[in-house]
Amino acid sequence: MRKILVGIKRVVDYNVRVRVKPDGSGVATDGVKMSVNPFDEIALEEALRLKERGEAAEIVAVSVGPDDAQQQLRTALAMGADRAILVKVTESIEPYTAAQALLAVVRNEKPDIVILGKQAIDDDAAQTGPMLAALWDRPQATFCSKLEVKGGVATIVREVDAGLETIEVDLPCVISADLRLNEPRYVKLPDIMKAKKKPLDVTDLAALGVSIDRGLATVLTEAPKPRAKGVIVKDVGELVDALRKKGLVS
Amino acid sequence: MSKILIIAEHDGKHLSAAISRCVACARLVPGAEITVAVFGADPAPVAREAAALQGVNHVLTIADAKHAHPLSAVLAPLVVELSAGYSHVFGASTTFGKDLMPRVAALLGVPQISDAMSVESATRFKRPIYAGNAIITVEVAAGRKVVATVRTASFEAVPGGGNASIAAVSPTAATPAHTRFVALSAAANDRPDLQSAPRVVSGGRALGSKENFAIIFKLADKLGAAVGASRAAVDAGYAPNELQVGQTGKIIAPELYVAVGISGAIQHLTGIKDAKTIVAINKDGEAPIFEVADLGLVGDLFQILPELEEALTK
Ligand SMILES: Cc1cc2nc3c(=O)[nH]c(=O)nc-3n(C[C@H](O)[C@H](O)[C@H](O)COP(=O)(O)OP(=O)(O)OC[C@H]3O[C@@H](n4cnc5c(N)ncnc54)[C@H](O)[C@@H]3O)c2cc1C
Repeated sequence: MRKILVGIKRVVDYNVRVRVKPDGSGVATDGVKMSVNPFDEIALEEALRLKERGEAAEIVAVSVGPDDAQQQLRTALAMGADRAILVKVTESIEPYTAAQALLAVVRNEKPDIVILGKQAIDDDAAQTGPMLAALWDRPQATFCSKLEVKGGVATIVREVDAGLETIEVDLPCVISADLRLNEPRYVKLPDIMKAKKKPLDVTDLAALGVSIDRGLATVLTEAPKPRAKGVIVKDVGELVDALRKKGLVS
Repeated sequence: MSKILIIAEHDGKHLSAAISRCVACARLVPGAEITVAVFGADPAPVAREAAALQGVNHVLTIADAKHAHPLSAVLAPLVVELSAGYSHVFGASTTFGKDLMPRVAALLGVPQISDAMSVESATRFKRPIYAGNAIITVEVAAGRKVVATVRTASFEAVPGGGNASIAAVSPTAATPAHTRFVALSAAANDRPDLQSAPRVVSGGRALGSKENFAIIFKLADKLGAAVGASRAAVDAGYAPNELQVGQTGKIIAPELYVAVGISGAIQHLTGIKDAKTIVAINKDGEAPIFEVADLGLVGDLFQILPELEEALTK
C-alpha cells in the first residue's frame, strides 16, 4: 500500500501584513501569528483523501524548519497525518537546501508520492517541489488542481497559464498542490488531543548528511515603494473624464 | 562578460510576450551576450521571432517531435547540457518557467532566484517576498551559475528589428519517459491576453454568478481589455482559473487595471502593483482596494457598470 509524504512549512499567517525591520535585516516575525503554509494544508488534505479512499496506507508529514515548526507538525497530525518528522534548521535556508533535506528523508522513507504546496507564502519561491523531483530523478507535477492515482500511475490536471493541462506520471513522483485541488478540513478539538500522542521525530541536517548551500545570500530586505495616494471620484462622469485626461480611454 | 541563455516559451506558433520581457531583464546584466533556446517540434517560426528581438545575439533551435508539448522533466537535462559555458540561465516567471527552472537549477547543483524584478549587478538581483510586501536583494556566490526566473511585469518588452543568428543544435542528454503529456484544454480566446494586455478589467466575488460576470466581459470588450478575476471569483466558478490575478495567479502590469467588486486582499494586490493606473469600483468605501487605487468610485457595480459603458460610448 502506498505511503505519502507531505511537506509542512511554518510560515507567517496569510492574514498578517508583514513589516520590514528598519535595519533591513529581514521582516519582523516576533509575536506574529505563525501557521501551516496554506498550500501545504491543501497538500495534506489531498493525501488524507487518498487515504480515506483506501488508496494510501500511511501519511508522513515532514517539516524542514525551526524547532517551533513542531507546532505546525502537530496541526498536521491533528488533521490526520499518521506521524511527523522535523528536520531542524537553526538559520534561514534556500529551497535548494530544503529540497536536499527532503531528499534525504525520501531516501529513508521511500514514499510513493510526495505532495508539497506549490509555493510557500513567505518566500514565494515555488522551487522546492521541482528541485526535490530533480534531485530524486523522478517526475514532477506542479500546480496540481486534480489528482487521480491508479496502480503505478498518477494523472494530474495542472493549472497553467493557458488553461488546464493534463499529464500522466509514473510513481514515485512529486506533486505540488494548487489552491483549487481541495478545501482543507478544519481541525477538531478531540483530534488535537489525539495528535499529542502521535509520533513526532526530530532530526537535523547534519544527521541526514546535508550541509547548507550558501550559493545564494539575502543581503538586504526593504519595504516596497508605496503607490501614490489616489482620488475618489464622485460619479461615472468624473471617472470617465479622469480616464480621458490620462489618455486611457477615447 | 555574462553569457545568458534564455529558454523560450511559445505555443508552437508564436514566441510568448513574456520572453521579450525576459530579454529586457537580461540586457540589463552588465556585458550581456544573449542566446535564446527554442525547443519545439518545429521551432523555426518561433526562432525567427526570437531572432528579431533587440538585444538577442544568438538563437538556438532544438527540433524534436517530443517537444511538441514541453515537459520540464524532459527539457531540464537538455537545458543543463546546453547551459555549459553560460554564466546565466533565465526563464520567465510563468507556469512554464516556474516548473522548469527549479528543475534545471537542482540538476546544475545551484540555488535559484525566483521572480527577479531588478538587476543590480551580474550576480545581484532584487525579488519580492511575502506577496510583494517586502523586497529582498540576493547575491549569487562567485563561480556559481545564476539560474533565475524573471518577473515579467517588472520589465518592458524590447522592440523588434533585431537580426540574431539562428543555429540548430542537438543536445544528446538522456531524457526520461516517466512523464507524459495527455491534454491541454485552453479556452479558445479571441480576447487580448491577460499577461500582456495594456488594459485589464477584473471582477470579484461581488459579481455573484457566472451569468453576472458577463458584464465584466462586456466592459472589457468596450475598452478592448483583457479580463481578469479574483481568486474568490475563480473559486466560485464565475471565471476560469487562467484569469486569476494575484500572488498565486498572474502578475500583470497593464496601463489600466479596473477592479470591479474586488476587496483588495494583499494576495490580489501583489498581482497588480505594477499597473500604471488602477481604478476601483466597490460599494464599500473602506475596502483596501482604495488604498492602491489611483481612481476610486464608491457604489454598486450593477448600477455603475451600465452607466460606465454608456459614458464610454459617447
Ligand atoms: C494562499 C492564498 C493565496 C491566494 N491567492 C490569491 C490570488 O492569487 N488572487 C486573489 O485574488 N486572491 C488570492 N487569495 C484570496 C484573497 O485572500 C481574497 O480572499 C480574495 O482575493 C478575495 O476576492 P474578492 O475581492 O473577489 O472577494 P471579497 O474579498 O469577498 O470582496 C468582494 C468585494 O466586493 C464588494 N462588493 C460586494 N457587492 C458589491 C456591489 N454590488 N458593487 C460593488 N462592490 C461590491 C465588497 O465590498 C467587497 O469589497 C489567496 C488567499 C490565500 C490564502
